[in-house]
Amino acid sequence: MRIRTYLPLVAALAMAAACGGSPDPEQPVPQAGVDSAAIRDRARQDSIDAENRRRAEEEARRAEADRLAREAADRAAAVRNDLVAMINFDYNESNVRSEDQGNLDRKAAIMQVNPSLRIRVSGHADERGSDEYNLALGNRRAASAKRYLVNKGIDAARIDVISFGEERPLASGSNEGAWAQNRRDEFEIVSGGDNLTAPQ
Amino acid sequence: MQRSAALLLAIAVVAVPAEAQDNNRAQDAIRIGVTYRPGTRPGLVVLPGSGADSVRAIVKRDLDYSDQFQMVETGSATGGGAVNYAYYRTQFGADHAVEIVPAGSGVTVRLHDLAAGRVRNQTTASLPPPGDAGFRMAVHRLSDEIVRWAAGTDGYAASRLLFLSGNRLYRVDSDGGDVTPVTPAGEKALSNTWSPNGRQIAYTRFEAGRGTVVLLDLATGSSSIAPGTQTDLNFSPAFSPDGRVLAYARAEESGATNIFTADVAQRCCVQRLTVRGFADNLSPTFSPDGRRVAYVSSRAGPPQIYVMSVDGTDQELLAPFDFGVTGPSFAPDWSPDGASVVFHREVSRSPQIFILDVASGRVRQLTSVGRNEDATWAPDGRHVAFVSDRSGRRQLWVVDTETGRVRQLSTAGDARLPSWSRRLGGT
Repeated sequence: MRIRTYLPLVAALAMAAACGGSPDPEQPVPQAGVDSAAIRDRARQDSIDAENRRRAEEEARRAEADRLAREAADRAAAVRNDLVAMINFDYNESNVRSEDQGNLDRKAAIMQVNPSLRIRVSGHADERGSDEYNLALGNRRAASAKRYLVNKGIDAARIDVISFGEERPLASGSNEGAWAQNRRDEFEIVSGGDNLTAPQ
Repeated sequence: MQRSAALLLAIAVVAVPAEAQDNNRAQDAIRIGVTYRPGTRPGLVVLPGSGADSVRAIVKRDLDYSDQFQMVETGSATGGGAVNYAYYRTQFGADHAVEIVPAGSGVTVRLHDLAAGRVRNQTTASLPPPGDAGFRMAVHRLSDEIVRWAAGTDGYAASRLLFLSGNRLYRVDSDGGDVTPVTPAGEKALSNTWSPNGRQIAYTRFEAGRGTVVLLDLATGSSSIAPGTQTDLNFSPAFSPDGRVLAYARAEESGATNIFTADVAQRCCVQRLTVRGFADNLSPTFSPDGRRVAYVSSRAGPPQIYVMSVDGTDQELLAPFDFGVTGPSFAPDWSPDGASVVFHREVSRSPQIFILDVASGRVRQLTSVGRNEDATWAPDGRHVAFVSDRSGRRQLWVVDTETGRVRQLSTAGDARLPSWSRRLGGT
């Protein structure tokens, strides 16, 4: 687009340059010391420069707006990621581990600055124990994360608790690696998740 | 841990068959003309014959699976005509011979006492045609009658198991035949149990982390939701012996799981049996006299087997354990005669099936190969079905608690959560 807008300018400039050399016979001869062609050239150059500056400023504004929008989207995505990040548990335990407290602290902060946000916590277990006991254990794990958030001041009505027991494993295999991945809480946004604000 | 496991296995091997009432009756019945040596079983041959082939095949398998007899193979058929008692007694060491001959729309079944040289029992039964829905169960009932004649105790052939495969519940005959889906394809089912009269089942319908308990009439297909199970996650249902009360566990929003009962006959009257606290209480099973409920509780930390009165009072430990040493225990099922509770317990990080003798508190280990869990009693109070991965995938297996014989029941991929019905009358 820039080239296309410049071409008529270049053409006009060329024409002006071509025309600028021979004085109009009807016009009085310019006084010495006042070079009207140079003045005309400079005026045209100034308007071209102004046009360029205007376009550059517009581009910069657009780029800045894009950058801000991307950064906002990245921040919102980061907020989302922090919200849905899982936490894991030790075997047969439902206590929130110390290494997961920062994760939950962050979720509490996000929920505080996004008051219409509602989430659902689902608790999961590895395949050991019994199928039925794992429903209870998953429930306990979900309720444990909820209690942590409620203790940070989040209204309990904003957090649903469900259990999948061992019914939705993340990793298959009867080994400690798979089991550790499957002992978890998952978090999902129920509502109020558009345009998330990041906490300070 | 290994030493105590070895000790348990040693106890299991050394123990003689339980002096149960049904064994004494068997001795009385067989004493006529036959010497009954404890530890050996009477030899039984199913005589070859023409006609009624599918009946004979099902009966032969049922008698084998009863584990009451040493089944004798006769090799080439010499069917028809008078039974050659001396031949079968001396050549095959058999004590009984079962003869099945077509009769009208059914069969005549005769039990021959080979030592006495005569027919001891006989019945003629009409049967549905072999393709008919009721055919197999009618034949199973014949098998159970033969077991009663020959061994003095009822067989368990005329019974079915429910189990979960994928998202659906299926039913299967005690011999592994006639696998039929019971719940709709669009649902996810989980815990399940039969009503005592075998006409209804109760199961958890699992939806997005919540679960209602559905009462389903198998004949009519009509269903209702068990009282108190419309919200939260409700599972591990169990009927009282008279079928009027359903016990179940509810995982509540507070985080704890507790046991409730509901009157399903009157569709009301939900009661809490275990109190809110820090422990989980689940997997109830009624004693056959209807007075007590055994269940799983994590009140001591790792889950173990407890018992309480049916109103929730008198809660106490049922299966003893050494704190810090014994593995966690799950999924109890009370035997039909009330004498035992079967459950699974972790041993060296693998679940194994155990039997608790209620009176003495003694516990013995039944399995040792692979991972074995979720045991359920057959109506004969002697066989137990359970889930095992010993074949490479989770499948249903049956173990005879007296002889230790194991057989594979299901071949479907990934079978879980079995429950065994009582003996089924009617169709």
